[in-house]
Amino acid sequence: MSETPKDQHVTGDTASAQAGASQVAKDTAAGLKGTPVVGTESRETPQKATETAQEGAGQNLPAPAGPATPQLEIIAVREGMFGAGDGGDTSGFGGLVRTIAMPGPSERPYGGWFDEVVDILAEVLGEGGTPFDAAIEKVVVDREELTLYVRREHVVTVCRALRDDQDLRFELGLGVSGVHYPFDTGRELHAVYQLRSITHGRALRLEVAVSETDPHIPSSVAVYPGHDWHERETWDFFGIVFDGHPGLARIEMPDDWPGHPQRKDYPLGGIPVEYKGASIPPPDERRSYS
Amino acid sequence: MATSQTPHASPYIVDESTEGVPSFEASGGDWSQIAEEAARLGEERIVVNMGPQHPSTHGVLRLMLEIDGETVTEARCGIGYLHTGIEKNMEYRTWVQGPTFCTRMDYLANMFQETAYCLAVEKLLGITDDIPERATVIRVMMMELQRVSSHLVCLATGGNELGATTIMTVGFTAREEILRIFELITGLRMNMAYVRPGGVAQDIPPGALDTVREAIPVIKDYIRQLGDLMLANPIYKGRTVGVGHLGLSGCMALGITGPVLRSAGLPYDVRKADPYCGYETYDFEVPTSTDADSYSRTVLRMEECYQSLRIVEQAADRLQAMGAGPVMVADKKIAWPAQLAIGSDGMGNSLDHIKEIMGTSMEALIHHFKLVTEGFRVPAGQVFQTVEHPRGELGVHLVSDGGTRPYRAHFRDPSFNNLQAVSLMCEGGQVADVVVAVAALDPVLGGVDR
Repeated sequence: MSETPKDQHVTGDTASAQAGASQVAKDTAAGLKGTPVVGTESRETPQKATETAQEGAGQNLPAPAGPATPQLEIIAVREGMFGAGDGGDTSGFGGLVRTIAMPGPSERPYGGWFDEVVDILAEVLGEGGTPFDAAIEKVVVDREELTLYVRREHVVTVCRALRDDQDLRFELGLGVSGVHYPFDTGRELHAVYQLRSITHGRALRLEVAVSETDPHIPSSVAVYPGHDWHERETWDFFGIVFDGHPGLARIEMPDDWPGHPQRKDYPLGGIPVEYKGASIPPPDERRSYS
Repeated sequence: MATSQTPHASPYIVDESTEGVPSFEASGGDWSQIAEEAARLGEERIVVNMGPQHPSTHGVLRLMLEIDGETVTEARCGIGYLHTGIEKNMEYRTWVQGPTFCTRMDYLANMFQETAYCLAVEKLLGITDDIPERATVIRVMMMELQRVSSHLVCLATGGNELGATTIMTVGFTAREEILRIFELITGLRMNMAYVRPGGVAQDIPPGALDTVREAIPVIKDYIRQLGDLMLANPIYKGRTVGVGHLGLSGCMALGITGPVLRSAGLPYDVRKADPYCGYETYDFEVPTSTDADSYSRTVLRMEECYQSLRIVEQAADRLQAMGAGPVMVADKKIAWPAQLAIGSDGMGNSLDHIKEIMGTSMEALIHHFKLVTEGFRVPAGQVFQTVEHPRGELGVHLVSDGGTRPYRAHFRDPSFNNLQAVSLMCEGGQVADVVVAVAALDPVLGGVDR
């Protein structure tokens, strides 16, 4: 709650300038993310990208509140009040520009047992030959929950470390799910893993971001066999390909279904009305509070 | 007919007993290949499709069984027949409309989806500590009643699938007592949408606590009857003891939770491990067993019913002691603007509220209109909230983009996860034991498919 980005929402008349700036940031981030070579990258990378975006749009932002200003992860920029792009917004708020941002990376101390777990994980990963900064993009603590953003090539290593080390022992994999951020260029598809440690009474979340053009993530089924159906569901709904999965088939939709319905850009279809060829527009094209 | 010229998979049977009897052939590319392959391997492979419309599969579950005589050599589940896109639907409704949708997922455990969802919304809003005590205790009482009713259906249908109709009738009669309480308190027997972000839809009506207290001994008596019918019954024991075995390592590997995990000996219960709604202040036990078979799961479910009724008694006492009070968060920017009340035309907004917004306060009317049509905004971020569902750990992953609707709502349904154990529990057993093993998992396909 404390790190809500609400105060970062921007209003102003130079919409294009800001949109352009965040696009540059996105391109930078995408370029870095696309590079398979890791190790030199650290978890400051997305932070820098966000900073660039914020600097570029600085003229529209309120004055920084001091060194404690949270870094935000911009996922979209929206215009107008009702999300309608057809010029029908007569509310007078058509020029409104809002930046949609998720909580950004946290600074130490994370609080509670979070520091301990991150330290042990760094140690275990280091012993296994994977530097922490190479595997983990950033650590986000929000609403008393710990999220580790993992680079996709290391997700199985991280899962194995979290499960096997006796001081971590996240032995229960509660499943994999997806989230689609269509405007987060280069990181459109996020896979979210919920892990629980019964031994230590803890829970954390792993998040892996991939692009729509290359939606591949190594499968975690070898570490958490219970993720089998969850990964199939995530493939079914989001089109994330879990490489190495024993049988990545659709699970909820019929086998011959085209498309991945939980994606935000999946067409929803309107309802034809028997009145002069009119139709009720699909829910994502109706006016709504954006 | 008998003298077909078309290519065929295998020659039709010619012996004395079939002479003069019309015969039919199945032919086609795929089938011929399968038959040739089977003939080449020289073994008989029988794949039996069971369901999705089968009275013993506990819902629209499809089981694909490869059998050798009476032995199941491979078992696979086919699901998705009840997929209705509830999670996608929720992305196009306000936060307050969410309970109406998620209550329909696992239709035997409505309260748990509602409460888990509302706890997650409250965590996103950061108002967890502001929920009135009375609303929290009502939630606990309703959830525990729901747990008993869900377990009763599990025992009842499980018995019915074995052919024991009396078990079914006793179980459903007992459940009726609980549904009557739900109808009294929420107005609905199922799919109540009673728990709302910030509290509950309305306070319990006068006399409801007496009804709850009167119902408890009746329900206990029905559970005792079920115990008499099942626990020492030689046929029931013959069908369930040692059947559908799944040990602790298997449970942990597959992420199995709930009674199935506890039947393997691990006393893992979210109410104890990661308490929510003040469960740490209630006095109850988590029963376990080490037999890890279908019979022990039956015993555990009965014992859990008694423990849940203990919690219901404590919750009813607390509600009695605390007296009347608010059941919705005080923040007027979040709380639903009106409490519901019975009017001359049925359930609706309370008459006092209608009088206020229509007669005296324009601002209250505007506020009501904005909150109902637009809804409240939830700061961007994501949370994961779990509760102990009758079938295991139910998780809700909610993502907000700062708007008036969930950006993503995902439910980690325990039935969905637990069904993965069907292969492990059934392979190597008998065909008839598949029914027993699936009944002991107690999947509810509405929750599996969502």
